[in-house]
Amino acid sequence: MPEAPSFTSVDPEQRAGRFARRLASGAFVVTAELAPPDSADPAEIERRARPFAGCVDAINATDGSGANCHMSSIAVSALLVRLGLTPIMQMSCRDANRIAIQGHVVGAAALGIENILCITGDGVQAGDHPGAKPVFDLDSISLIDTVRTLRDDGRYLSGRTLSTPPRVSIGAVENPFAPPAGFRPARLMKKIAAGADFFQTQYCFDVPALRRFMTELGDLGFAGQAHILAGVGPLASARAARWMRRHVPGVHIPEAVIERLAGAADERAEGIRICVETIREIATIEGISGVHVMAYRQEERVPEIVAASSIRDMPRRAV
Amino acid sequence: MISDRYTLRRWSVRHAFALQLFYRAFERLLIRLDGLFRRAGYGRLERPAAALERAMKGVLFDCRMCGQCILSSTGMSCPMTCPKQLRNGPCGGVRPDGTCEVRPAMRCAWVAAHEGALRMKGADGLRQRQPALDHRLSGRSSWLAVARERPRA
Repeated sequence: MPEAPSFTSVDPEQRAGRFARRLASGAFVVTAELAPPDSADPAEIERRARPFAGCVDAINATDGSGANCHMSSIAVSALLVRLGLTPIMQMSCRDANRIAIQGHVVGAAALGIENILCITGDGVQAGDHPGAKPVFDLDSISLIDTVRTLRDDGRYLSGRTLSTPPRVSIGAVENPFAPPAGFRPARLMKKIAAGADFFQTQYCFDVPALRRFMTELGDLGFAGQAHILAGVGPLASARAARWMRRHVPGVHIPEAVIERLAGAADERAEGIRICVETIREIATIEGISGVHVMAYRQEERVPEIVAASSIRDMPRRAV
Repeated sequence: MISDRYTLRRWSVRHAFALQLFYRAFERLLIRLDGLFRRAGYGRLERPAAALERAMKGVLFDCRMCGQCILSSTGMSCPMTCPKQLRNGPCGGVRPDGTCEVRPAMRCAWVAAHEGALRMKGADGLRQRQPALDHRLSGRSSWLAVARERPRA
């Protein structure tokens, strides 16, 4: 009989994971988004994560983004842990009820996943299974509160206790560029009250709008309560930008950006330049702790974007 | 998809303050009726009360009878009309013109909620954190729940 595998218990003293410690250090952090494969081959994950190794602090594993079916975020995250990388497991409210979700949170922590990003999720109409049942048993805020209850109270929502709670850092998202503009900062504060430790925003192509959003957050007493990573990404062409604006829910791209792309000799290179400039501008905004790079189908360009934007040389900020 | 009910829903948001005043008075009345309801038997009242509530709130708010009414905290815009049934605020997919990601012909229930909340007086209900729905209460009268559960002031 082969020898039975053994597992090491989690250290109950260690509360903060690698990514949480990096955020707490005041460094300007970088995360990137990994597109999960339509394949059961684990080597696919290694291939897709390769460009990110050494140039980002954590990697987002998306959860059926755009309501399209792919390898699950819990599996992608667990495979990233095996590679020695730091995943941020996305978990949406669209596909599972509170029983399944809580089971996934506890299971994810047991697999070594230290960061969970709680999101509402795109509607099923956006993806390849528009006839699926949209679950939405929880919303993003009650999801955040659920993970916090599991972690801090060591209980399920039912009140039943866990012998070892999941020690995870709780992520959340915000779209500063979508209506109702007057409620967006308050919604982010509501997520902090529910238990969010860090945020990643929707793609930012409009830096002044992000600056206004951050000012309004400051007025609500945001300072020092959570970390915000602004979403960025290279646009492949003016045509791709227009397609995204039309078809990807919540993406706001100003006309000026599209015109600049359309007027460039090499649109793809111009897209990278715009992305790098955006990162540099974002880094000057008070209260921003880093950037989240979503380079869909241009993942191999992430090291170049990170290097060109000199993120790694940013001074540490007070936390 | 856009029906007459939808038009009335917009009227209700525009008149959120008047409805808030009405609801306050109505709630006080319900609480006073607790004794009477007890004598009649809450169990026996459930079906007719739920039917009446469904008819009235259906017309005014496009109510979905979640049984845990929070209209007073959502600017008189029913959060259950949101295709994702979000009870704590809008998702990130609201279109630039304020329409819904899932149903482009519909105005986002939370854009409406924000507008309604601005018309109402008192604490900003939108900032209040709402717990996850209890699906056992779906289809039941929230009016009777108010009469039975809220303490008499």
